[in-house]
Amino acid sequence: MKPTHPYSDPVDQLARMLLVRAYEDRIAALAAAGPFPASCPSAGQEAAAVGVVSALGADDLILTNHRSAGHLLARGADPGRLLAEVMGRETGYCRGRSGSLHISAKELGVVLTSTIVGGELSLAPGVALARSLLGRPGIVTCFFGDGAACEGIFHESINLASVWNLPVLFVCENNEWQAYVHRRETMLTDSIAAHAAAYGVEGRSVDGNDVAAVHAAALAAAAQVRASGRPFLLEARTYRARGHLEPDDQSHVDAGELAHWQARDPIALARERLIAAGQLDLDGFARLGAEARARIDAAVEFAVQSPYPDPAELLANVYA
Amino acid sequence: MLTLTPYEAIDQALAEEMRRDPTVLMFGEGVATKRRALSDEFGGQRVRNTPLAEAIIAGTAVGAAATGLRPVVDLLFAPFLCYAMDAIVNSAGKLRYVSGGQFAFPLVTLAMTGGGWGVGAQHNHNVEAWFVHSPGLKVVMPSDAADFKGLLKTAIRDDNPVLFFVDLGLLHTPGEVPAGEFTVPLGQAAVRREGDDVTLVAYGKSVAACQQAARTLAEQGRAAEVIDLRTLKPLDEATILASVRKTGRLVLVHEASRPCGVGAEIAALVAEQAHDALKAPIVRVTGPDAPAPASFVLEQAFTPQADAIVAAVQRLLG
Ligand SMILES: Cc1ncc(C[n+]2csc(CCOP(=O)(O)OP(=O)(O)O)c2C)c(N)n1
Ligand SMILES: [Mg+2]
Repeated sequence: MKPTHPYSDPVDQLARMLLVRAYEDRIAALAAAGPFPASCPSAGQEAAAVGVVSALGADDLILTNHRSAGHLLARGADPGRLLAEVMGRETGYCRGRSGSLHISAKELGVVLTSTIVGGELSLAPGVALARSLLGRPGIVTCFFGDGAACEGIFHESINLASVWNLPVLFVCENNEWQAYVHRRETMLTDSIAAHAAAYGVEGRSVDGNDVAAVHAAALAAAAQVRASGRPFLLEARTYRARGHLEPDDQSHVDAGELAHWQARDPIALARERLIAAGQLDLDGFARLGAEARARIDAAVEFAVQSPYPDPAELLANVYA
Repeated sequence: MLTLTPYEAIDQALAEEMRRDPTVLMFGEGVATKRRALSDEFGGQRVRNTPLAEAIIAGTAVGAAATGLRPVVDLLFAPFLCYAMDAIVNSAGKLRYVSGGQFAFPLVTLAMTGGGWGVGAQHNHNVEAWFVHSPGLKVVMPSDAADFKGLLKTAIRDDNPVLFFVDLGLLHTPGEVPAGEFTVPLGQAAVRREGDDVTLVAYGKSVAACQQAARTLAEQGRAAEVIDLRTLKPLDEATILASVRKTGRLVLVHEASRPCGVGAEIAALVAEQAHDALKAPIVRVTGPDAPAPASFVLEQAFTPQADAIVAAVQRLLG
């Protein structure tokens, strides 16, 4: 099911966030139960993913990274084909050649996912250049982490996008962690958005756990990129609620920090707001959650029933 | 026939392909400044100077290639490829396969290398084998002006990422180039000279050293066959194997250092597939496992010369 884009109905957005959570919860359960392929969970970052992706148009392209399930599901990816990819099946978006870490889905406009931290930042200006020179509609959105902002390529990328007037919406999901290193150990600034000014680009930070705030900020940023043809840097301040890789007991994480962010769970925040506004009740919320879990049940079933790739096709697509 | 330097042949190939296909564009540090005729004809959208930032130059080419353009980037000197490795090796070389075939990466990376200009180790480093060792990439290294033009035109039309290495020592040596439209296929070696006694395999300016050695050997009554690989990947295995089956002796010549070089790969290929045809051990004449020196005298000592090739053949033939 491909949602229309953009989608601004807050109940739709909450349903998407619940789908992401159900997907990540299921992967965590599978990983805890036994050997399961590595994957980097996006749980806790649902508002950032859904808030931004729901603000994009059908012609816009997305580049993402290792922590991509939220972006893909928010864009309308089929959870069955995602899980099939994670489980190495031929029916996956990349025919089982990617696994969880670099899933692209060209049909959804999710292109060139790189799991080299910063790889997506190196490719984004070229994707935007091609759109501009070929006169194609749409802007390019590039998701990266606070760790990627420590790579030199972040600075090269935003500088080139600025100098060449390229329509790139840079979205930094600052989730406080860079694998097993806390962000505070790696930078003295608390604002990644502030880097933008050095390159003549506008930057803005937003509460990344508030889906309405992210959505509004992303709509405005995307509109500005569209109108000006120039880049914009949006930083979503959020938190990686689970470990870097499943499974992980999070023993290296400060309990106080974890508790602080658990109290700011993006799904709970959205639920409370919608209930307070009379747009949803507890039964409705329970129904949305059950629907999401049912979709993931079906997705697991699809993935498990799917065939593995044929080893005779080991060398398919090395060269064009 | 025209008489052109490889530098001019590259310019002609770029201009012809940019005329032929509006999706071809070129960028790099100083490209628009130095290739004036191109920027005059095609304008600032398609011929661009870039910031001094090789990683993003390469990344931008890769991103553009995957989404509809055919970029040619000039990374200047081959050692600068180190800054560009991620985009070329991890993205262009892998994301087609990793994505299950969703993307293609039609792009060409130009880089100069090789002795002859005294620029020293951080500008002169024959790194072509690194890319042969990386899946998804093609590697080209021409030896004369006609091939510079014909191979570059084919590389631009190819749907895969192509590393196009320009041997500095050849860049300003004029040669004959066919006047009209022509291309040279990738993956096809050229037999530059026929002979029955020994096969000399080389690429880049080592081809000229082999030709000179073959002339000296001819005066001594020895007939050397000279094979110019032209493309290092895909490798023209059939031409190499056919020649070795004929001559029974193989000397591999390249300026790049010996360990895990292209010569090592060809030696293994021949050992696997034509061992029965060999009348003598395979010999490599290569650059040493050392950074390239700047001094002209040391540079000459570093680079395989005709007399070393002659001496190697004489040892083989007894
Ligand atoms: C170039 C590179 N270095 C290191 C890694 C290993 N690694 C994978 S994800 C990651 C953390 C990235 O942190 P960040 O950019 O903040 O993204 P997050 O994982 O928090 O979403 C690391 C170190 C890698 N994949 N690529
Ligand atoms: Mg992070």
